[in-house]
Amino acid sequence: MNEQTLTPEQRTANLKGMGTSRKRVEDVRFTQGKGNYVDDIKMDGMLFGDFVRSPYAHARVKNIDTSAAAAVPGVVAVLTAADLEPLGLHWMPTLAGDKQMVLADGKVLFQGQEVAYVIAEDRYIAADAAELVEVDYEELPVVVDPFKALEPDAPVLREDIAGNMEGAHGPRKHNNHIFTWEQGDKDATEAVLAEADVVAEEMVYYHRTHPCPLETCGCVASMDKVTGKLTLYGTFQAPHAIRTVVSLISGLAEHNIRVISPDIGGGFGNKVGAYSGYVCSVVASIVTGKPVKWVEDRMENLMSTAFARDYWMQGKIAATKEGKITGLWCHTTADHGGFDACADPTKFPAGFMNICTGSYDIPTAYLTVDGVYTNKAPGGVAYRCSFRVTEAAYFIERMIEILAIRLNMDAAELRRINFIRADQFPYQSALGWEYDSGDYHTAWDKAMKAVGYDGLRAEQAQQLADFNAGKTRKLMGIGLTHFTEIVGAGPVKNCDILGLGMFDSCEIRIHPTGSAIARLGTISQGQGHATTFAQIIASEIGIPADDITLEEGDTDTAPYGLGTYGSRSTPVAGAATAMAGRKIRAKAQMIAAYLLEVHDDDVEFDVDRFVVTGAPERFKTMKEIAFAAYNQAIPGIEPGLEAVSYYDPPNMTYPFGAYVCVLDIDVDTGEADIRSFYALDDCGTRINPMIIEGQVHGGLTEALAIAMGQEIAYDDMGNVKTGTLMDFFWPTAWETPNYQTDWTTTPSPHHPIGAKGVGESPNVGGVPCFSNAVHDAFRSFGLTQSHMPHDHWRIWKTANGLGLHG
Amino acid sequence: MSKMHVKMTVNGKAVEALAEPRTLLIHFLREDLKITGPHIGCETSHCGACTVDLDGKSVKACTVFVAQANGAEVTTVEGLVNDDGSLGVIQEMFREHHGLQCGFCTPGMITRAHLLLQENPTPSEEDIRFGIAGNLCRCTGYQNIVKAIAASADALNAQKEAAE
Ligand code: FES
Ligand code: FES
Repeated sequence: MNEQTLTPEQRTANLKGMGTSRKRVEDVRFTQGKGNYVDDIKMDGMLFGDFVRSPYAHARVKNIDTSAAAAVPGVVAVLTAADLEPLGLHWMPTLAGDKQMVLADGKVLFQGQEVAYVIAEDRYIAADAAELVEVDYEELPVVVDPFKALEPDAPVLREDIAGNMEGAHGPRKHNNHIFTWEQGDKDATEAVLAEADVVAEEMVYYHRTHPCPLETCGCVASMDKVTGKLTLYGTFQAPHAIRTVVSLISGLAEHNIRVISPDIGGGFGNKVGAYSGYVCSVVASIVTGKPVKWVEDRMENLMSTAFARDYWMQGKIAATKEGKITGLWCHTTADHGGFDACADPTKFPAGFMNICTGSYDIPTAYLTVDGVYTNKAPGGVAYRCSFRVTEAAYFIERMIEILAIRLNMDAAELRRINFIRADQFPYQSALGWEYDSGDYHTAWDKAMKAVGYDGLRAEQAQQLADFNAGKTRKLMGIGLTHFTEIVGAGPVKNCDILGLGMFDSCEIRIHPTGSAIARLGTISQGQGHATTFAQIIASEIGIPADDITLEEGDTDTAPYGLGTYGSRSTPVAGAATAMAGRKIRAKAQMIAAYLLEVHDDDVEFDVDRFVVTGAPERFKTMKEIAFAAYNQAIPGIEPGLEAVSYYDPPNMTYPFGAYVCVLDIDVDTGEADIRSFYALDDCGTRINPMIIEGQVHGGLTEALAIAMGQEIAYDDMGNVKTGTLMDFFWPTAWETPNYQTDWTTTPSPHHPIGAKGVGESPNVGGVPCFSNAVHDAFRSFGLTQSHMPHDHWRIWKTANGLGLHG
Repeated sequence: MSKMHVKMTVNGKAVEALAEPRTLLIHFLREDLKITGPHIGCETSHCGACTVDLDGKSVKACTVFVAQANGAEVTTVEGLVNDDGSLGVIQEMFREHHGLQCGFCTPGMITRAHLLLQENPTPSEEDIRFGIAGNLCRCTGYQNIVKAIAASADALNAQKEAAE
């Protein structure tokens, strides 16, 4: 067969473009241990940094004696805040407009806070020497409860801003108060609540947890004193943003900084922020003139870099007696820890919590969020989440269940009668978002049918009867969720971080022989960008995906972009990729027309070539066009075939899904056995179904972890109780179920290829689904709300509290 | 700290080096021998990212001193590629069944799977899930890892049969 005889279907298949389950190109390296992660980097003369951390959650630092540590052979230097102060680097700005100590400046605000930084010739010496740093602490009263933090006589945590009642996000009401964020119509919502047939009210807590990727955070800073160039390798989800931040805080010119994110062993939001380790390593490299590596250990990771959630959401939901929802009210108390280091877009101090009306047509709503300082680690990152949408989805999906209990209605039916209808899109929500597209009823009905919903309820009723008759000690729970995500931040007009607009970018260069290289402003952490972005290009330009190299993460070569988090890669950089591809295609069309000696408008794109309209035997393949672009003088057309696109999305995208979990609870042991989990996701156009499915499996497993046991817990003294993988629940293969995945496809109308993003959906929808299943098992015994995580002990306590232990 | 003379066979090659006896095997492999396939995810024997094969046992190399491995035979994921440099069966099946995402757990996971399939060449799904419970993965939810290992078992058994 030659170019002429292949059918369009065969030619399409050869491209391995969008819609195919193309095998991942990354895997050839990873499966044989040839990945290149930060800790794999070795450089001549490289030094190692290690932190001395505070054992106290709140204490004054009266003295630091580094002499014994400095005397250890092999120790090069020990840095404290006093050393950083002359450089103005003892504090650093956070992504949320606050500032954070790089090293303890007079006091510490959470257990595990960085106090001193030891630099030594190897990691063992650094660790030994860190033990020898003598710190004189004076303990201060500890506040770990955000409600207590706001009491009038609470200890002042942030003395550096005490009495300063104007914060980065408006007025502060208390020295431990960070901001109040208000959305929606207060008076109208209160009026609806006052007149409603039914109002259900509940406190819904989404506990503190942690992204905990398998690879911890780390970096290698290398200052070349001869060229004046700093190269910073690191586990950065947003390398360009890190370059700009490093430039702003260090005073080094941005062109003299090269940030490289090599392979990243999972991110999930943990690797978006700027951490003390980066700053100290950069300073240490500048001072010593040698490369300096810092890699945190697991305990440091869980204790100090990036917690997630910790939202106390007081809710009221109003409805008619038939179950039509008329209003939603929410007041959230957000525990931010000792510094406000959330990674939210600037105008959204509580992220996209205002998506909390969920999938429902709720005409009136009002939301307030109060951010609070406590003696806990800073973070508040979007852990497999688009800026607090996980909290919002958990809140509304719990409130729906609670309302169903109040109305004595089936929770599936209650959802169904309140869904936004397909004909209402684009839909304007009461809290300010314009949902791009959706067809919730279709997805829901498909899910209900797939799981045999009525049959499940009948089985549950039978099991309950058996339970009551003493024939079993197991209760069956059916968890339902219909979530709406909001991803792809975002339109520069309202989305920026530290003033950096949240567009993204792609540059494509076609080589003369018809292969290509593409570079993006994003960075893969396991999502398989090298595979999927090449598929987008393959479909757009007609070059086989196998002939396209994809490069990310090097700020010297990649176009500027805001990085990968918040499921933004596909919605934003994916769009940029398609648009860059279209620019190339437009030029290719002119070249083809010239070569075929027809007018530009008389050729049309056909899979991998341009054909003369009406004469398909006359064509030029993209390969031929690429060659001509470089090697033939074409009047009026510059040589070369490349394009760059910076894409500022007109709107967010709104993936959605319908999930059903069935589990059995042993009321005597508190164990929950997941019987089945069905996940229908609608992420718009599907680029690589295999990868989508993998993302769903992974996200659901993190949801299982969060809902059923994973937490960052503190005692009253502010000690972290879950600082190792012994206490921090991470499901093994043994307790993880198999998942059944499904889909509908409702493309985004404003995205060039209609894709919406999927990486977070299973976490956003999975957590409420698991949690609702646990609650549902106890519904007939009068349970309305029990807080996550639903570990065995808590489930046992719930059963006990309901009198189920006789 | 004084150093000791360490000898071992790693991926079929004899190696000799001076190392502090307290050096963890994982650091010896990664820092001294530059074998960076095995990773570090916790250093407390919980995650299995550092899993290597030590004298026919799966061990977590973060919890073994180099002194304990003196004289041992060690296999890491790098040692599981075919002689011609192509991917070994298990490596290929992980790719085929999308059994990895970020790839950080993968070397430990594949090294564990390699030994599991020697211990039990025809494992059930339960056997596989139980057999890799010492290896944590944050990305995949295990479903495709389990599939990849089951497919590896089939492929290896077919290879064996063909050879007989
Ligand atoms: S690094 Fe060895 S078990 Fe985690
Ligand atoms: S693939 Fe990322 S931890 Fe397993």
